[in-house]
Amino acid sequence: MDHELFSSPASELPQGPYFGTFGGRFIPEALISALDEITDAFAKATVDPGFVAELHRLHRVYTGRPSLLTEAPRFAEHAGGARILLKREDLNHTGSHKINNVLGQALLAQRMGKTRLIAETGAGQHGVATATAAALMGLECRIYMGAQDTERQALNVARMRLLGAEVIAVEAGSRTLKDAINATFRDWVASVDTTHYVFGTVAGPHPFPMLVREFQRIIGLEARAQIEELVGRLPDAVTACVGGGSNAMGMFHAFIPDSGVRLVGCEPGGDGGELHAASLTRGTEGVLHGARSMMLQDDDGQTIESHSISAGLDYPGVGPEHAWLHDSGRGEYRAITDAEAMEAFRLLARTEGIIPAIESAHALAGALQLGRDLGPDAVIAVCLSGRGDKDVDTAGKYFGYFDANNEED
Amino acid sequence: MSTAPVLRACAAENRAAFIGYLPVGYPDVPGSLDAMRALVAGGVDIVEVGMPYSDPGMDGPVIEAAGVTALAGGVRTRDVLTAIEAVREAGAAAVTMTYWNIVERYGVEAFARDLAAAGGSGIVTPDLVPDEAGEWIAASDAHGLDRIFLVAPSSRPERLAYVAGSSRGFVYAASTMGVTGTRAEVGSAAAQLVADTRSAGAEHVCVGLGVSTREQAAEVAAYADGVIVGSALVKALDSGGTAALERQAAEFAAGVRDRG
Repeated sequence: MDHELFSSPASELPQGPYFGTFGGRFIPEALISALDEITDAFAKATVDPGFVAELHRLHRVYTGRPSLLTEAPRFAEHAGGARILLKREDLNHTGSHKINNVLGQALLAQRMGKTRLIAETGAGQHGVATATAAALMGLECRIYMGAQDTERQALNVARMRLLGAEVIAVEAGSRTLKDAINATFRDWVASVDTTHYVFGTVAGPHPFPMLVREFQRIIGLEARAQIEELVGRLPDAVTACVGGGSNAMGMFHAFIPDSGVRLVGCEPGGDGGELHAASLTRGTEGVLHGARSMMLQDDDGQTIESHSISAGLDYPGVGPEHAWLHDSGRGEYRAITDAEAMEAFRLLARTEGIIPAIESAHALAGALQLGRDLGPDAVIAVCLSGRGDKDVDTAGKYFGYFDANNEED
Repeated sequence: MSTAPVLRACAAENRAAFIGYLPVGYPDVPGSLDAMRALVAGGVDIVEVGMPYSDPGMDGPVIEAAGVTALAGGVRTRDVLTAIEAVREAGAAAVTMTYWNIVERYGVEAFARDLAAAGGSGIVTPDLVPDEAGEWIAASDAHGLDRIFLVAPSSRPERLAYVAGSSRGFVYAASTMGVTGTRAEVGSAAAQLVADTRSAGAEHVCVGLGVSTREQAAEVAAYADGVIVGSALVKALDSGGTAALERQAAEFAAGVRDRG
């Protein structure tokens, strides 16, 4: 594809540390030096033709980019007849958009002379991608994962170990993604001389929100060109699921200047009641994991545990650039319940033969709602951020696809 | 009142100050107040009242576990103020150590006002660097509170100057690249860090992270204005209640006087 991978220095869009009043660095002084080093290395790498060429090469021959744009007409019949186009990040090597960021950061780690990668993971997709990049580049790798997530995503734990990574089950706190992030920061502060923290989403202290977005920006750049080629115009809306928000920022960023394109982020609405992970639509402003953003917290500022059927969206915070898009009105965010996401999950499988990640099913559910509102002339692009193989167990239980007593089988 | 006069008085006695950390609400709120009184009875100069937090990224397993217990028991931000008052009544200076979201949620100006009214000297801010501290700098100026920022072995000279210039009372030097917890030895980088932080303009530099014995306290006291102990005190409280805590505190109080 003929486009610049990274934002132009002349871009008027925010490049961090701040996105409006959000972002920054709320982090121990001990890590400031490492964050400065990453900021500096990234700035130099993005203008180094050698770095850009190597990342392009890996995208092409390793990840399988550009990812396809697939129209979903039978699915779209359930969305008021609007045209629905799927940006197929599920077809990437390792099965999700996470590899885009990880390959970029692993190359950056090599440039900085680091020999070890560490990362947090929720559903396991980012951990698998990081373990993959470490194997590819011959780096040591340790992944922190909440103990609750190692239980519900056991297959991904085995995948990471198969790839040579050490997986640590974090028993602290709520035993989910937020606690894995705490544990990874603790490792990093003691190992920063040799170790790069491959942050998995557009949250955390500067430069991570900007840096991860820049590595994910390729999703929207490709999609924008592919959609124009296919339908001859820009879409009316793009949708993406938002946990921390990296696939959504990647999908949205190239469209921010296109005021006619609605940017619709789909948050995990959980059970529709008190159990959810909708930091933007139902949270408040605060500081979590190194940045000021929107989050779930109580009256004293203690983080409230989030809930989602999707482990990858089960996070009580969100990236600061989303908080800015939400605050400024450029982005629209809505909560999709577990039930709505699972219905869209099954519908895509049955109408198009594509099993999406439950995370991505939130974006599909958002597209169904939008299509019914906008009618048959609308064009809606969905970021299908990952594939659903890892979710078959969850879905099988949810829909009752496992035989209750199959001893006779 | 700033901690600076306390540190100067210790220096006049040719010793370092003993600064002891305990989390409020552990094992419960009344129990934590008793523990802090025992710490004062054992000879602590400044109590660092810790506010438990759901995501304590700078803390090791001992303090994190105590925080989990305290939060499960229902500790609230306002309990910090009660603890500060108890420490002041017992006769020691008091600061609080808290992750920044707790203060933001309370309201930076309101927290500064209430902390000063309770007799607190200031705040140790493990996850707030001066770069992000505009509101806190204004509020601490308005209420005469210490701003105790951190430096670390990774801090470059320009950062040391910036942090030293932004702090009041003392600068908290992290002895090692790591989180709170007891260690077999205090980081060898600590003495150099203290010297560099003084050269960068800090009047007082106190050292924390990893101090767990009287001997280590004496070793640090030889070059620092204060020795900060946390996890070792929580462990003493766990193992033998307030009596064991008071004995352990007395050991550290002796250590800071053994500077040789």
